[in-house]
Amino acid sequence: MNLKKNIATSEAGFIFNPSTGDSFSANPMAAEILMHIKQGISIEAIKKIVLEKYDVDASQLDRDWDDFTIQLKEGNLLEN
Amino acid sequence: MDSTKPLVIAVTGLNAIDSPGPGVAVIRALRDGFGSNIRIIGLSYETLEPGIYLHDVVDKTYQIPYPSAGIDALSSRLQYIHAKENLQLLIPNFDAELYNFIKLGPTLKNMGISTFLPTMEQFEARDKINLYQFGQKHGLSVPEDRAIYSVHDLYTCAEKLGYPLVVKGKFYDAIVAYTMEQAQKAFHKLSAKWGFPIIVQQFISGTEINVAVLGDGNGNAISIIPMRKLYITDKGKAWAGITLEDDTLIELAKTFVAATKWKGGCELEIMRTATGQPFIMEINPRFPAWIYLTAASGQNQPAALAKMALGETLEPFTTYTSGKIFIRYAWDHITDISEFQQISGLGEL
Repeated sequence: MNLKKNIATSEAGFIFNPSTGDSFSANPMAAEILMHIKQGISIEAIKKIVLEKYDVDASQLDRDWDDFTIQLKEGNLLEN
Repeated sequence: MDSTKPLVIAVTGLNAIDSPGPGVAVIRALRDGFGSNIRIIGLSYETLEPGIYLHDVVDKTYQIPYPSAGIDALSSRLQYIHAKENLQLLIPNFDAELYNFIKLGPTLKNMGISTFLPTMEQFEARDKINLYQFGQKHGLSVPEDRAIYSVHDLYTCAEKLGYPLVVKGKFYDAIVAYTMEQAQKAFHKLSAKWGFPIIVQQFISGTEINVAVLGDGNGNAISIIPMRKLYITDKGKAWAGITLEDDTLIELAKTFVAATKWKGGCELEIMRTATGQPFIMEINPRFPAWIYLTAASGQNQPAALAKMALGETLEPFTTYTSGKIFIRYAWDHITDISEFQQISGLGEL
């Protein structure tokens, strides 16, 4: 999963798509994941980091991850 | 040009109201571009155009006759103003006045006043009435339309174009009609206000984007700045907007300028569909009211136009900042009856 190259994100969770002018606010968890994605870390590695750092089980994380991915697609933020 | 003397530029469109003329924004950009060595002469039509009273924006204002008074009346008034101010450049900013100013171009040139305007052919080709054929000719996506003179023709339009229909006035205003009754009401309202024909256009749903463009008259786009409307007034005007980074829009504008050899500023009104296809809804033959955003994002279009009008050859800008936002605001400017009296009575302030 790759974010479009021109998508701007901030540590505070602000996301800006300069192609459409759309902006979004991510919660701290989503902002942290987006930072990892921008750094080129694989999905598996990001999930591992989250599982180690937070009190969440793998199946819950997978469900949340799918939901998160849908939102990113709807926001036109992912490379096709 | 004597560098010690200020550059004298006349500008119209001082009506910075809820449906604003571009004049004040054009002047702001010119002042950014040329610094203090500039003198701005405002040309107004009505006595309550706010720019008349903004003395840090406009140095001196003269009223000019309405376009309907004709070319001779305008020429005569400009000769009077020129004798007093020694104008070097004139930038008109209203659609309705452009016909006269384009026609007057050679006369103004003989007087020593430069302009940088499209030709009459370019001006008429992008007219609402001709826009669909224009798009067909140049391979640009333009919604299908019909120019009609009778309310009965709406039935054919509805059959061919489907609902909703966009019913548009000859010069301004557009109403989206979802039924025949609404279309007929819009037809009567707009024909009473703007005359005939009425343009009925296929409805395109999507995101409203405007593109400010400056062409050099030789097919080169010197500047292209796309802007998405973030806040739209009930008159359909952008009250806030943001610059976009989008190669599709840039290429569309380049194609337009190359095809027409457009000379001067213009605004492409685009509707981008959910699938990303940009449709040209209208082409305004002058700078838009949000033109200062071009200066704020790194491509000062009014200053570039002024330089080209005065004989400089410019290379196209290559970069600008996306994510620059303008937010328009209202401000109660205070003046005195003596100023109102002067512009009303003497026609200058």
